[in-house]
Amino acid sequence: MKILVCISHVPDTTSKINFTNGDSEFDTNGVQFVINPNDEFGLTRAIWFQEQQGANVTVINVGGPDTEPTLRKALAIGANEAIRINAKPTDGFFVAKQLAEVIKQGQYDLVICGKESLDYNGGMVPGMIAGLLGYNFINSCIDLKVDGSSAKVIREIDGGKETSSASLPLVIGGQKGLVEEKDLRIPNMRGIMTARTKALTVLEPIDANNNTKAVKFEKPTPKSAVKLVSADNLDELVSLLHNEAKVI
Amino acid sequence: MSLLIYAESAEGKFKKVAFELASYAKKVAESLGTTVTAVTVNASDVSELSKYGVDKVLKVTNDKLATFNAKAFADVIKQAAQKEGARVIVLSSTTDSIYLAPLVAVGLEAGYTSNVVGLPLSTSPFQVKRNAFSNKAFNITEISTDIKVLGLAKNSYGLVESTSTLSTEDFSPSLNDADFNVKVENVEKVTGKVTIADAEVVVSGGRGLKGPENWGLVEELATVLGAATACSKPVSDLGWRPHSEHVGQTGKPVATNLYIAIGISGAIQHIAGINSSKVKVVINSDPEAPFFKVADYGVVGDAFEIVPKLTQKLKEFKAQNS
Repeated sequence: MKILVCISHVPDTTSKINFTNGDSEFDTNGVQFVINPNDEFGLTRAIWFQEQQGANVTVINVGGPDTEPTLRKALAIGANEAIRINAKPTDGFFVAKQLAEVIKQGQYDLVICGKESLDYNGGMVPGMIAGLLGYNFINSCIDLKVDGSSAKVIREIDGGKETSSASLPLVIGGQKGLVEEKDLRIPNMRGIMTARTKALTVLEPIDANNNTKAVKFEKPTPKSAVKLVSADNLDELVSLLHNEAKVI
Repeated sequence: MSLLIYAESAEGKFKKVAFELASYAKKVAESLGTTVTAVTVNASDVSELSKYGVDKVLKVTNDKLATFNAKAFADVIKQAAQKEGARVIVLSSTTDSIYLAPLVAVGLEAGYTSNVVGLPLSTSPFQVKRNAFSNKAFNITEISTDIKVLGLAKNSYGLVESTSTLSTEDFSPSLNDADFNVKVENVEKVTGKVTIADAEVVVSGGRGLKGPENWGLVEELATVLGAATACSKPVSDLGWRPHSEHVGQTGKPVATNLYIAIGISGAIQHIAGINSSKVKVVINSDPEAPFFKVADYGVVGDAFEIVPKLTQKLKEFKAQNS
């Protein structure tokens, strides 16, 4: 089985978010970048397939040279090879077009994406890849099993879960639950050393539209100070929630 | 030229988000000088949509669409948009709509943006404000394609009544076998409990509650408020509560009217997940807990004493005001 895991290079979840250049660009100053957490669950699942059932795992990212440490980390975790498409990921459709092209050329059986990246939160790339290629697609996946050419997938739905089956090739949008958090891999020294010798191919992007663009960023307006209520006067809290906040 | 919404229903009844979507769409349609058409799938009574400004309903009734199927539903919406000549298509942010929206966008060669939190700032160029960076910031996005697909963030607009005269038309889109290549085998839904997706109020517990055996406190308060229960990441990691209740940047985002956090210190990732909630109440024994910096109301003290008392007070309040 040939698996492609799409990796977003995103700010660490503890990052303070700031903007620069007249609030038109994300300020990367002092920001630590990581593998998008939703993608990390998918990568670990892919490595599990590699170890348990035999699979070749390629990781891919659309980004500049600065994203290579993130791909190297994925290689250190166990991916066999990496591809970087040398372009700034400015729009979900543009990214999906780039990835779809590689998938078409590489004939991947299973494409694992995170359901959304934690920077722009667009949540559109996995579905767009599937739409562009006419592949089967299942989003918000919390379990994935593959037997031969068919997959059984559990996805989260509002207020429950749903089990589906689909044949390969398949694109999934994965999330927490795809593997347990405790089973996420941390690169060990051997993995880091081996990763240095693994292939990281750089491809130039194909022509594709940008359908959207981020014009400007804003930070939420600072909140007024919390109103503290004494633990002995909870009637006041009930009254505030009813009369002032009007939520009960 | 029209504006199309997909009005989601379950077991024949519209979800509340369908009415929020209609309210929003009505206002957008006014600014574009057009009308609102809703496409519905197996909804029994569509007249309710007229209360929120929908002018026309394309009513799809098809047993093959009895269970949700993203590809087939995307095909329905695409064909409805083509039939109406819709240039703007608005979807909600339920798990199902988020699933099918990119397929609709690709099918119509449309620019798509999700997490939209307000009316367009401008219609030419078409610019909307959306949540980004896990609710830590907003992003003003411009869509440059002729057809535009928007995903409206939950509870970002609210319900606005606006009566219209509704016309209804039966609509039979053509569906092919490939639409049903993903086969749903089993659906497990929590019954008799408010789920985070439907909740207006969420009561959430953290490690301060010391163990799963103490969750009765959270559940009792939630029951009085008709709320869903949730938890912080460490709590789900420890297995005290299921993953599906984990609220935060890597869990579920919550955009409710009221969010009550009990024994949660307020890690940056947790705050990011609940930032879109309107009113936040924090109960914590540590007055320095970062959550107090973003809360509207706070009580400093022992949750094991405060929560039962608050539950009792709210019970009395509800009894007097029901």
